[in-house]
Amino acid sequence: MSADFLLFLIVGFVAIAAATAMLFSRSALYAALFLITNFGAVAVLYLLLNAPFLAMVQISVYAGAIMVRFLFVIMLVGAERRGREPEAPTLRWQRPLAIVLAIVLVVQAAYVFITRAAAGPAPAETVDAGPLSIGKTLIGSYLLPFEVIAIVLLAAMVGAVVLTRERS
Amino acid sequence: MNPILEAVLKSAAVLVVALTGFAYMTWIERKFIGRLQARIGPNRAGPFGLLQPVADGLKLIFKESITPANVDVLVYFLAPIVAVVPALVLFAVIPFGSDPTFQLASGINVGALYVMAVIGVGIYGMILAGWASNNKYALLGGLRASAQVISYELGLGLAVLSVIMMASSASLNDIVAYQQPGNILGWLIFRQPVAAAIFAVTALAELARAPFDLVEAEQELTAGFMTEYGGMKFALFYMSEYVKMIAMSALFVTFFLGGWSGPFVNEAPALSLVYFTVKVLVCLLVMVWVRATLPRIRYDKLMAFGWKVLLPVGLLNVVITAFLIAAGVPGYK
Amino acid sequence: MLDKFVAVVTKIPVGFATVLKTLFRKPVTIQYPEQQKPMSARFRGRHHLKRYDDGLEKCIGCALCAAACPADAIYVEAAENTNEQRYSPGERYAKTYEINMLRCIFCGYCEDACPTNAIVLEPIEFPTGYTRESMIYTKDMLLEAPPAGVPATPQQTPPGKYDRAILPFPPITD
Repeated sequence: MSADFLLFLIVGFVAIAAATAMLFSRSALYAALFLITNFGAVAVLYLLLNAPFLAMVQISVYAGAIMVRFLFVIMLVGAERRGREPEAPTLRWQRPLAIVLAIVLVVQAAYVFITRAAAGPAPAETVDAGPLSIGKTLIGSYLLPFEVIAIVLLAAMVGAVVLTRERS
Repeated sequence: MNPILEAVLKSAAVLVVALTGFAYMTWIERKFIGRLQARIGPNRAGPFGLLQPVADGLKLIFKESITPANVDVLVYFLAPIVAVVPALVLFAVIPFGSDPTFQLASGINVGALYVMAVIGVGIYGMILAGWASNNKYALLGGLRASAQVISYELGLGLAVLSVIMMASSASLNDIVAYQQPGNILGWLIFRQPVAAAIFAVTALAELARAPFDLVEAEQELTAGFMTEYGGMKFALFYMSEYVKMIAMSALFVTFFLGGWSGPFVNEAPALSLVYFTVKVLVCLLVMVWVRATLPRIRYDKLMAFGWKVLLPVGLLNVVITAFLIAAGVPGYK
Repeated sequence: MLDKFVAVVTKIPVGFATVLKTLFRKPVTIQYPEQQKPMSARFRGRHHLKRYDDGLEKCIGCALCAAACPADAIYVEAAENTNEQRYSPGERYAKTYEINMLRCIFCGYCEDACPTNAIVLEPIEFPTGYTRESMIYTKDMLLEAPPAGVPATPQQTPPGKYDRAILPFPPITD
């Protein structure tokens, strides 16, 4: 058992444990903290996959920016003191839909796992996942999706500005 | 030497230097700001007050560890640790000298991104401390801290982006190499003055130092998120602030002041360590000088300045830099 | 917008230069226990009980200072002088003289009230202490040392010489 594999086991366990704890924690703030732990663990997994760029982006975007905003809102509205949500969901179709989607996800994962397991372990690829090659791939072969996402994000930004503007 | 042992030894050395640097930075700041205000500064403990940090440390260690009523105990004790770790971890990618012996991991190709990621995570200590303390001043201080730091992180990122574009690499070693060691005009502060200015301003804001120290604006918020902390827990926050100061100065030196470069570095690699230290020290003294000069900015002005001035200017700078590089203007590429 | 920018760019460096100039100024700090601020000769520091040139105490134990004291900080207990055991000219002297320095507000009314100019607030030596008890100054702490070559009180004096108290000014006779 190599050191990488051992590290993978530990970090994977931390990631799963943090995700589970997030689902079951009563306080919104603790849930957010567990989610941050999970993001950190996933970033380490990216590092193990030889993708340092992705790992850094994961930390700086998710843990460093998005979750800070989450915490900010949680603290600002005092949501952490409210405790558990009422049993009856506000959206009736939410729970059945979630169950269906979860089943789809599990089936997908099982399918991938079985087919991959049949094909044997994937060859140890030495991909250069540094910022340079990622940039070239994004601007090169994935230019259209990249631009589409840029426009979607721009639209979201404009939408946020419009929503927060005071109506006179 | 065994690479793991070597890494451990070097990390330990960096930690020791960083923590000693923290202790003596407090002394340097108090001495220097004292002279800037026509005072003497600490001079009782030891010659020139040199033992003052030791005395302060001993005092803080022997203070009673108080846990206020109704705090969230786990988060309350976790927050100082969460504050210190990113500050110390920041040193991992900084090239302290020309020789690989003086570097930890400054060769990694995502060095600048690592810096941004660690700085981004560094806010959690403040926010969690503010929330866990069960104190309205602490909570307001924590909220202010997070809002301020998030706002200025964007400007910081844009300034770093300009540097990455110039050097066409995110590795800090490449960035230093790009600044042509030996030629002072190669320093990026001369070719990216706007980025350097934005970096300097946003670094001060990230550190929550004067004139951006609203996080701990005494008149309004007592001590902000640190209000309920005392003894060693307070010392940890203090440590994170000063270690971050040193790290930010080191980053400014690396990005804009040519890093460890200087004359005769190739002949005597140890000189590069000296140059680096001197440059960092100059940056730190400038920080103290700024603190002695400028009054605190009002909160709404701070946010307006961050979003309406620094961010557009930073974006514009990135666009212009990209244009200059693409056009192949001499000095840009 | 532009004039604001120009103002910032031109005036902030002036501020920085001003601060930097201070660096080369002599610090104004006075290293307190070793150095002391030069004080006016009329500064009201701590009280001293004075003596005449012949070593006798000026204080006659009249307790007018205690009466004048707005903070009620002075306690005086008088006793009779005799020619064998003479402390001060006149009939009486202060057997006990205590000032509570924690209560004293250093107003100087006791100086004004004293008929013999015995009590003087002088700019030397400030009352400091670690306990409340140590801040109550007793007579032996307040009393000046006798001039050189003169015996301390009580003195043995020839009868009839000091029957009356010595007042600094001749009494007004009209």
